[in-house]
Amino acid sequence: MSHTASRPGTGPATQNEITAEIETIEADAAARVAAGGSPELQPRRDYAPYRSSLLRYPTHELVRVDPEEVERVSPAFGHTDVNVLESDLTIQHAGEPIGERMTVSGRVLDGEGRAVRHQLIEVWQANAGGRYVHKRDQHPAPLDPNFTGVGRAITGSMGEYSFTTIKPGPYPWKNHMNAWRPAHIHFSLFGTAFTQRLITQMYFPGDPLFALDPIYQSIADADARARLVGQYDHSLSVPEFSLGYRWDIVLTGPKSTWMESEEDHD
Amino acid sequence: MTDFVEVAAAVPTPAPQKPALQTPSQTVGPFYGYALPYDGGPQLVPGYHPRAIRFHGTITDGDGEPILDALLEIWQADESGTLSRELSSIDRDGFTFTGFGRCATTIGGHYTFTTLKPGAAGAAAPYILVTLFARGITHHLFTRAYFAEDAALHQTDAVLGALPAERRDTLICVSEGIVGGAESYRFDIRVQGENETVFLDFDA
Repeated sequence: MSHTASRPGTGPATQNEITAEIETIEADAAARVAAGGSPELQPRRDYAPYRSSLLRYPTHELVRVDPEEVERVSPAFGHTDVNVLESDLTIQHAGEPIGERMTVSGRVLDGEGRAVRHQLIEVWQANAGGRYVHKRDQHPAPLDPNFTGVGRAITGSMGEYSFTTIKPGPYPWKNHMNAWRPAHIHFSLFGTAFTQRLITQMYFPGDPLFALDPIYQSIADADARARLVGQYDHSLSVPEFSLGYRWDIVLTGPKSTWMESEEDHD
Repeated sequence: MTDFVEVAAAVPTPAPQKPALQTPSQTVGPFYGYALPYDGGPQLVPGYHPRAIRFHGTITDGDGEPILDALLEIWQADESGTLSRELSSIDRDGFTFTGFGRCATTIGGHYTFTTLKPGAAGAAAPYILVTLFARGITHHLFTRAYFAEDAALHQTDAVLGALPAERRDTLICVSEGIVGGAESYRFDIRVQGENETVFLDFDA
């Protein structure tokens, strides 16, 4: 399979063509909300501006089912699975990685605002030049011998987590001509039920590439995709050492009642 | 390191600041390969376990082409139908059955787990919960792999019973008999198109 994805029978699209497709879908989503529909909390699976999705979404509606016990519980992870040092991505090699050192901290909560404690978080990211260690990443930016870009942690008793790393760079990809991904960190999370399983990406505030990126924009609702943007938090910056970003993660599930709690707080 | 052996649980905490809305999914992308797979991830039990089964298949896209950059996770009960609360899914000890496994597909789009055949947990017929991530899949897909020899239980299973016969078969493993010393079950996943696999939504 080629990573150069375009609509069958056509050449690579221009950014303007992709942006026009993105805007059309966003307008459709906004019109549905204006007509009384619920905002879309998740990305669309059938999202043509992201060309790799064209052959990878089911054409049938998903079948709605009540979760059984298998889906209502989640694998157990704990501190014996993950060394506490694995949350620091800057100490995995002999020297310091190049880049803007930062910490990303936050809490993992369920739909009712309760802490998801003692659960596994995995992260991976490009280096400061926008290059992944992955062998299929052939972007001609330098690898950093002092940075792999992989970390793990177990959430604390309040659902808290913290990673020390460097800010990843944006990088080009082949979705369309002159396509660039906004800087991001991949996150993988487990909740208390397997239905809460989540893999996502955390972004950085004010990125000029947001409007152009069909992966970020695959979440057609502007408020929903803004939930993926971490916030700079000066209280988390460490003097003479690192800049602090805060990003809380919410894993709702079939047992959660977020609509009720929303009313409670309105 | 205070709560050394406690397992995951949601506990009440003081006053959440705002209504908690779901953090949206994003694709796993193509470059997870050096991050998420881990040694022993596909081996829930060692291959020499006397009741090890081979659980494998090929994942294909809407053109019938293999998806070579997919990541699968399985989660299942043990042989007695119990969901494990044991740690060590990541750092396996070779003896503890945790019920969780993770496997990246090969360049042929193929995955292979070594596991145990699950017992029934609750009212449903026994199955393995399968979660699929891949570049191009914006939000992971859930499906279930049932076993043909449990056909009697399938009659009363809430999910299988609600599906038309031709779609229902996409959720049932093909029994291949003994292959390489173990019972082998094939569960191919067709993400899109002809004979498309049934995918499940638990957020109803």
